[in-house]
Amino acid sequence: MLRAQDSSALALENWLAEQTGKGLLRVLTCGSVDDGKSTLIGRLLYDSQLILDDQLASLKAESRNRTTGAEGIDFSLLVDGLVAEREQGITIDVAYRFFSTARRKFIMADTPGHEQYTRNMATGASNADVALLLVDARKGLLTQTRRHSFILSLIGVKHVVLVVNKIDLVDYSEDVFRQIEAEYRAFAAPLGFASLEAIPVSALNGDNILTPSGNTAWHRGAQLVPYLEALDVTEDESARPFRFPVQWVNRPDLDFRGFSGTLASGLVRVGDEVLVAASRKPARIARIVTMDGDLSEAVAGQAVTLVLDREIDVSRGDVLVHPGETPDVSTQFQARVVWMADEPAIPGRSYLLRVGNQIVPASLTDLKFRTNVNTLEQSAAKRLGLNEVGTVTIATDRPLVFDPYAENARTGAFILIDRLTNATLGAGTIDFGLRRAQNLSYQSFDVNRAVRARLKGQQPAIVWFTGLSGSGKSSIANLVEKRLTAEGRHAYILDGDNVRHGLNKNLGFTEEARVENIRRVAEVARLMADAGLIVLVSFISPFRNERRLAREIAGDIRFTEVYVDTPLEVCEARDPKGLYAKARRGEIRNFTGIDSPFEPPEAPDLVLHGAVAQPPALADELFGQLFP
Amino acid sequence: MPQGATRLTHLQMLEAESIEIFREVAAAFERPVMLYSIGKDSSVLLHLARKAFFPSRIPFPLLHVDTTWKFREMIAFRSAMAEQHGFELLVHTNEEGRAANVNPFDHGSARYTDIMKTQALRQALNAGRYDAAIGGARRDEEKSRAKERIFSHRNASHAWDPKNQRPELWRLFNTRLAPGESLRVFPLSNWTELDIWTYIYQEDIPIVPLYFAKARPVVERQGTLIMVDDARLPLQPGETPREEVVRFRTLGCYPLTGAIRSDAADLPAIIMEMQASRTSEREGRLIDSDQQGSMEKKKQEGYF
Ligand SMILES: Nc1nc2c(ncn2[C@@H]2O[C@H](COP(=O)(O)OP(=O)(O)OP(=O)(O)O)[C@@H](O)[C@H]2O)c(=O)[nH]1
Ligand SMILES: [Mg+2]
Repeated sequence: MLRAQDSSALALENWLAEQTGKGLLRVLTCGSVDDGKSTLIGRLLYDSQLILDDQLASLKAESRNRTTGAEGIDFSLLVDGLVAEREQGITIDVAYRFFSTARRKFIMADTPGHEQYTRNMATGASNADVALLLVDARKGLLTQTRRHSFILSLIGVKHVVLVVNKIDLVDYSEDVFRQIEAEYRAFAAPLGFASLEAIPVSALNGDNILTPSGNTAWHRGAQLVPYLEALDVTEDESARPFRFPVQWVNRPDLDFRGFSGTLASGLVRVGDEVLVAASRKPARIARIVTMDGDLSEAVAGQAVTLVLDREIDVSRGDVLVHPGETPDVSTQFQARVVWMADEPAIPGRSYLLRVGNQIVPASLTDLKFRTNVNTLEQSAAKRLGLNEVGTVTIATDRPLVFDPYAENARTGAFILIDRLTNATLGAGTIDFGLRRAQNLSYQSFDVNRAVRARLKGQQPAIVWFTGLSGSGKSSIANLVEKRLTAEGRHAYILDGDNVRHGLNKNLGFTEEARVENIRRVAEVARLMADAGLIVLVSFISPFRNERRLAREIAGDIRFTEVYVDTPLEVCEARDPKGLYAKARRGEIRNFTGIDSPFEPPEAPDLVLHGAVAQPPALADELFGQLFP
Repeated sequence: MPQGATRLTHLQMLEAESIEIFREVAAAFERPVMLYSIGKDSSVLLHLARKAFFPSRIPFPLLHVDTTWKFREMIAFRSAMAEQHGFELLVHTNEEGRAANVNPFDHGSARYTDIMKTQALRQALNAGRYDAAIGGARRDEEKSRAKERIFSHRNASHAWDPKNQRPELWRLFNTRLAPGESLRVFPLSNWTELDIWTYIYQEDIPIVPLYFAKARPVVERQGTLIMVDDARLPLQPGETPREEVVRFRTLGCYPLTGAIRSDAADLPAIIMEMQASRTSEREGRLIDSDQQGSMEKKKQEGYF
């Protein structure tokens, strides 16, 4: 029977005091496939006696027929918790394990080495204080070793321990260790880690984990656990400028209105003057509310509810700051992005971007360069593929409040989300805001769209036709334009003939070129509508994303998506310009419907069935719907 | 935290992180619900939820999936908490299972758990059309839990796809969903069992008295002490309940939850005892040890 101690209350108080003093260190293991990351974490858990009896019994049973050390245990089984991982002997996703020593508490994130799962490594890295970068002593530095190092630096993990593992398999050779260390230091120098320590280790046998190993008598440096216990990673977040991203408006009744959130950085006191960063509206802190009573001040990391001394407009996503220490407020910034999706990142595409509690539509406006993870060389690129890292500029639909990531991780990191699938596509860190956006802030002219529209006696609009080549878009658009003009209205058609040969003659038919083509057309359409015109746009525009982009560019201008739905067989039979025949013969590449996809609209404003009726009837139908 | 100190303790950091997660759920979802299982983790969860929204009330209902085989003291505690804190309490039982008298003895623990827990949960989640379900699971509980995200995606049939989880960087949670999909949210992901007990002690959080040692009627089956909580427990020939001083490390359905012999009758004693313990809390749960990877499999079927 387990016996509680008689003086347990006193013992507990002593113990609690001791625990409270212990800092928390968030540690990550990373490196290439099979370098021994999971084995190392299992070893750490085992050596700190965290494996309980019932777990140990099942572990030993499972370890039969696997590589084991003297204890008869395959330590990786302690962390590779998914069935697929145990079957394949690899790590697929991050495992979080917890252990503590007499001096510190640790949260260990064990990440996969496989390139395919790099995004899971980034997931683990984003909350880590220190990374254990493993290298197999027999193999030395590999591409994944370098890629992970680069992602560490991008995500801002400042402390790295180079764990040269499996030193038992190279006869505990000092030369091998020194060579790997020298090579790595040379590679990592430009990455700017705050500390870098190299330790020769055998995760399987336990050399240099807790105590110096007799097998590596030549090693004068640190052992892993003592090094981690002593490593100083403190950064005083409270000393940075105050940032309070509002997470939730707390409104139990009419008498109370507070703003709940977590201090991203800095310190705030009752009586402080604060600003809403985006609107620059000032107020004072009246109360700092928690369930345990009001506070007089709150510091970085605390979750509180702030009450202001006056009613001003504040909602989720707003950031409260101190005057004189304001963040960037801009619609453009430069950033580094690690791409995590199979579908590549292409400039011009529209995504959702989340920084702090702000979620806004955004697009990559420029891909400045891609960084080769092996050599750290930068080269021009048109797209970013899975697991690639690039430097980009991003433009947002609304002004965004942020700080450079180097100054504030919690207000300078972002993720990009796919608008259709909701997948997290990429993650990035902001380098700096581009002031350009602010200087260009549109002055409100006295002459505006409403004035110009009134002058023409019409409501400006964009009618966006989409459909296959030969579906009848242009014929219908022409008829509509004629009828509008006959009725004294001002309309204009943008189509392949007048745009492709002029404004867009430098664009081909690759995916990137199609994106840019539509972007330019949409911008021109917006300008024309702003000038007061009814704009009829007749482009195949095969991709949903681009049509959505066009709708967004249109902003508050009336935008109607018209899908001319004519089956491919019908279009191909008509083939008015002989293009389908050429495409079938392979003389034209990337032809929509043949070797390039057409994504039908999911919710068009109007569908015209091109195989069912003739253009004049369809034009009438459209006219009746849009210009009654 | 003491005035003037600028660094949070370990527990303060965990508390703040959990509160942030709760608020994110309230802000980002239309129909959240919190799973309330009445155990110690749920007690901590409830406490943190109250802190997160104070002075507002918890802005979503609490759901208890009642298998009809919970300890009586748990049900009494549930009512007391609902009354004291005034949250909206929903109780759901799989009525088909109840009508068919599904129980752990005649149907076996695996089928019983599937029908009365997993299916019942899915029924309740579907009926409520909840887009986020908050649970008290911790990563230190079990090896597949150690792999799960804080905001963990479920498809329209509530299945978890462990090989294809969304990246989750910093605290930038991606809460976007297609129709029918949902997220399971785990505010206690980074807490350990020891953190839970220490926090309960520091914050003086009420828990079901079954966690404290007391003389209780038990029978011993294959080395596991089962408490005879009511007359429904079929006694085997020659078996007679005897009084023993026991307590529980984890609470669930009484026929499936093992007690431990212990005389730890208050929190300090429990915490000190825990540190000396050489077995994990799940050992007392009969359902997890059925087969390798059983938790992962159950989670893929929609179990919490
Ligand atoms: N001899 C020897 N073998 C080791 C050592 N460390 C790990 N191994 C073996 O190397 C193999 C791979 O170990 P893991 O821990 O699964 O490697 P990993 O880095 O976690 O692999 P991924 O997560 O899939 O990238 C296993 O067979 C281990 O037993 C070591 O120090 N010495
Ligand atoms: Mg591994």
